[in-house]
Amino acid sequence: MSIKGKAFIVGAYEHPTRHAPDKTVAQLHAEVAIGALEDAGLRKEDIDGYFCAGDAPGMGPLSMVDYLGLKVRHVDSTDTGGSSYLVHVAHAAEAIALGKCRIALITLAGRPKSEGMATGTAPRAGNPNLPELGFEYPYAPTVVNTYAMCAMRHMYQYGTTSEQLAWIKVAASHHAQHNPHALLREVVSVEDVLASPMIADPLHRLDCCVITDGGGAVIVAHPDVAKSLKRPLVRVIGAGEAVKGQLGGEVDLTYSGAAWSGPRAFAEAGVTPADIDYASIYDSFTITVLMQIEDLGFCEKGAGGRFVADGNLISGVGRLPFNTDGGGLCNNHPANRGGMTKIIEAVRQLRGEAHPAVQVKDCALALVQGTGGSLGLRHGSATLILERT
Amino acid sequence: MSSAAPAPGRSIPAPVITPETRPFWEAANEGKLLLPRCRSCGKVHYYPRARCPFCGGEADTWIEAKGEGEIYTYSVMRRADPPYAIAYVSLTEGVKMLTNLIGADFDRLAIGQKVRVVFVPSESGQKVPMFTPLLP
Repeated sequence: MSIKGKAFIVGAYEHPTRHAPDKTVAQLHAEVAIGALEDAGLRKEDIDGYFCAGDAPGMGPLSMVDYLGLKVRHVDSTDTGGSSYLVHVAHAAEAIALGKCRIALITLAGRPKSEGMATGTAPRAGNPNLPELGFEYPYAPTVVNTYAMCAMRHMYQYGTTSEQLAWIKVAASHHAQHNPHALLREVVSVEDVLASPMIADPLHRLDCCVITDGGGAVIVAHPDVAKSLKRPLVRVIGAGEAVKGQLGGEVDLTYSGAAWSGPRAFAEAGVTPADIDYASIYDSFTITVLMQIEDLGFCEKGAGGRFVADGNLISGVGRLPFNTDGGGLCNNHPANRGGMTKIIEAVRQLRGEAHPAVQVKDCALALVQGTGGSLGLRHGSATLILERT
Repeated sequence: MSSAAPAPGRSIPAPVITPETRPFWEAANEGKLLLPRCRSCGKVHYYPRARCPFCGGEADTWIEAKGEGEIYTYSVMRRADPPYAIAYVSLTEGVKMLTNLIGADFDRLAIGQKVRVVFVPSESGQKVPMFTPLLP
């Protein structure tokens, strides 16, 4: 049994805020839920499935279902960090295919900027029951220095350069200039990235994503529901999930879980990387994008540096238009979890509703790739393939 | 050379010690780096845990590592004050461990560099294994 064609994304909404000191996290969840319902042309009473991850306050879905006043018959609070929302789309499609729900709401929201989180640069202690804690926390791993170790190894093994990584940020900035809501709208050059302060060798400040408040929501529905609505049809045709860690000490930081989740999604969809018109690729850091592009098969392993250079990710210029909203590198990274905004921009592209300056012509097939956790420690990976029908 | 001090101004958080990992930490205080080995499949793993991540067998025997290896990857956290170097070191026993590199010129670190273990006191006094280049 496959989820291919069993569900459609019928609503998508990205909160316009990037700084919300005057709102609560629950309120932001509610605002994006309402936004997605309005986008779809549905009412709150239509929702019978609810999905959220660790950014939602409360025990799994309990507080938010209560706060939103939902009456649901199916819930799922799978948390794989920033990739959770891609997993939710896949799980919603599974639930819809099995008749467990018909219209599923997925929300994400958070306020890391207002709460003053040192998101990327401070070690986090975590739950004392974490089995790895004693073997990691004394060494002060942070989000940025664990990704930096991936970049350092990639450079050593494949000859990848800081200039090549910088091209990923340059491409994102070219897209962000057209997004009025983007946090960073200024076009930057390779030289700008290399001249920005070194945070953790070899990652500069401009190799890192933004920290923003905000959120987003999508609604996944049964094909009959989708066809009854007035929005362009975006069909879920393939999905893959994976979790990759330290492999019992056989650590290999040169590849991500996308090497496992990607082939599963392509196989289910029955398409290949060459068929993809647009890709949303998680961009917590420039190196994150590069590794996933390789692992998904858009180029050979180790050739990602050459693939991303010279504007090859810029819409209308290169072979693989990516993150046309500006991505996490320039636009938005609400709750420090970038998966939701990746889905939303892919939906915009397939509907033909991206900004005209970045809209991919005749965009019929999109890939969404998310990771969560840290590629340098342990992470979840999820891949979705979406089709306009 | 089996013990060293953290860089001035840097304190090392004490590790959480559990029943699963107590032998590792007691040995560290004696200047020994222990690795868990599975009773069933004989494989060594890291980080230490009671059940083998490869076969699920009981990993209740410990071997003493030579304490030597090479840098698999690293990153100097320039943003921190004082800066520090996080790394994965490939031990001669085959596993890679997350650690810090100390007693080194951070600008001369390199992947492949040979390193040896040193034990550094954390905030509680519990010693933690870190690595230092064989050639400065």
